[in-house]
Amino acid sequence: MSNEIAILGAGMHPWGKWGHNFVQYGVAAAREALADAGVPWQDVKFVSGGATVRCGYPGYVAGATFAQALGWQGAEVNTSYAACASGSQALAAARNKILAGECDVALVVGADTTPKGFLAPAGGYRPEDPDWVRFYLGVTNPTYFGLYARRRMDVYGDTLEDFAAVKVKNSAIGSKNPRARYRKSFTAEEVAASAMVADPLRLMDICATSDGGAALIVSSLEYAEKIGKGDAPRVAAISTTTPTFASSVVEMPDMATDSAAAAGVEAHAFRSTLPLKAYEEAGIGPEDVDLAEVYDLSTALELDWIEDLRLAPRGEAAALLRAGDTAIGGKIPVNVSGGLACFGEAVPAQALAQVCELTWQLRGEAGDRQVKDAKVGITANQGLFGHGSSVIIKR
Amino acid sequence: MSDKPMAPAIDGWHTMEVKPHLIGTRCKACGSYFFPKNNDYCRNPVCDSTDFDEVELSRTGNIWSYTNASYKPPAPFVAAEPFEPYTIAAVQLEKEQMVILGQAIQGIGCEDLKVGMPVELVLEPLHETDDDIKMTWKWKPAAQ
Repeated sequence: MSNEIAILGAGMHPWGKWGHNFVQYGVAAAREALADAGVPWQDVKFVSGGATVRCGYPGYVAGATFAQALGWQGAEVNTSYAACASGSQALAAARNKILAGECDVALVVGADTTPKGFLAPAGGYRPEDPDWVRFYLGVTNPTYFGLYARRRMDVYGDTLEDFAAVKVKNSAIGSKNPRARYRKSFTAEEVAASAMVADPLRLMDICATSDGGAALIVSSLEYAEKIGKGDAPRVAAISTTTPTFASSVVEMPDMATDSAAAAGVEAHAFRSTLPLKAYEEAGIGPEDVDLAEVYDLSTALELDWIEDLRLAPRGEAAALLRAGDTAIGGKIPVNVSGGLACFGEAVPAQALAQVCELTWQLRGEAGDRQVKDAKVGITANQGLFGHGSSVIIKR
Repeated sequence: MSDKPMAPAIDGWHTMEVKPHLIGTRCKACGSYFFPKNNDYCRNPVCDSTDFDEVELSRTGNIWSYTNASYKPPAPFVAAEPFEPYTIAAVQLEKEQMVILGQAIQGIGCEDLKVGMPVELVLEPLHETDDDIKMTWKWKPAAQ
């Protein structure tokens, strides 16, 4: 039996710093996805929302919030919190509902409104809260990105020019994406001239936080066939696996890793294990992938992801980049949406935005950003608390 | 710095000796180490122990990676005025098979560090209050 579901429609509210209520972005994205699918709202029997803890009570109950905003019509709802993977987890809930035969059509939606600057923890003396501890001791989010980047330089020989080249590549293609927040091409000189944040990463190596919303209409293959969309892109795999003890890469918000000292315990790198289930579930390998959307919280992290997805051997992603193979027209284009470099992170929407881009690419509707003959795409992202996801879309 | 008394920035996370140690716990059943201290339940999936020994962790290790903070972090970080960028190191402890983050000592920049470099644990001021000087652990190149 096939475990696939069809993606009938995709929609996004453009990313930016709009300052509106997040519900507005989600509704706009949902309506665009519904129109794209040609499915009436009343036919949607399951609304699966990516949660946002930032937007208070309505964000914690995102499924119900969006169902009410679109007009109560009796659909069942679900809300998923999985940090940066919230959208994928919401998609997985919709897939389960459809494959269980409990509904034909589902809406998956995520949206966020972000504050300016650092996301600071509550004050006082609270050593039991890892976020309080790390900020008190001077460890911010870019610290972790800087550590990963500097390790690439010392261990693999990556250079500052390589990291800048990721930004140049993503900004060049992202400048053609009407949904991106930053639509300006940058040069390596401009990246090098931006302020140092967490050595070796500069301001333009690190992604911003944004407002945005993304939505998908998904259905059973039978329903897709019935409405004449039997050739729609399909969700072939969703991995939302957690880390394996001992998790050996120091991760936000922790000050230390697991210990691999016990007998029989090995060190594992979480990002690297995430896509394994996706490849296995889809029954394909990295050699079958035509394009990838990965979570470039920093320029250097894009290179880590390329290796974690096995699109290049460990330590060789920069060589792929230098050869132009991760740019449009190359062997394996990465982040042809422009990536987080051009979008900025809107947490509960971001994993869905990655799937939206793959959907348009696989339908051949990506315009100036179109990857020729794209048939298989993969996403990857990772967030706090052992959350992460990798989704494979094929047509 | 003044002649105020020294006090740990976070109580019970490290000893206050000249050659200090971080204080963690070790599972009595499987031997997994934890920092900060975990006294409740072992997180090794094949171990269901709830018994731990408090242990001093190795005070030397090798740099896993390093970076710096060029911008002042938000509270609860207490910054000196004007803000001075500082360096941060992630250090691999051999016996414990784990990596622990901390600031590098004052005066050390990223250009002074390299992956694999041996370092040792020392105490330095984190910030000053009306009553005392809050001390925390920092990594210092062993060659110095």
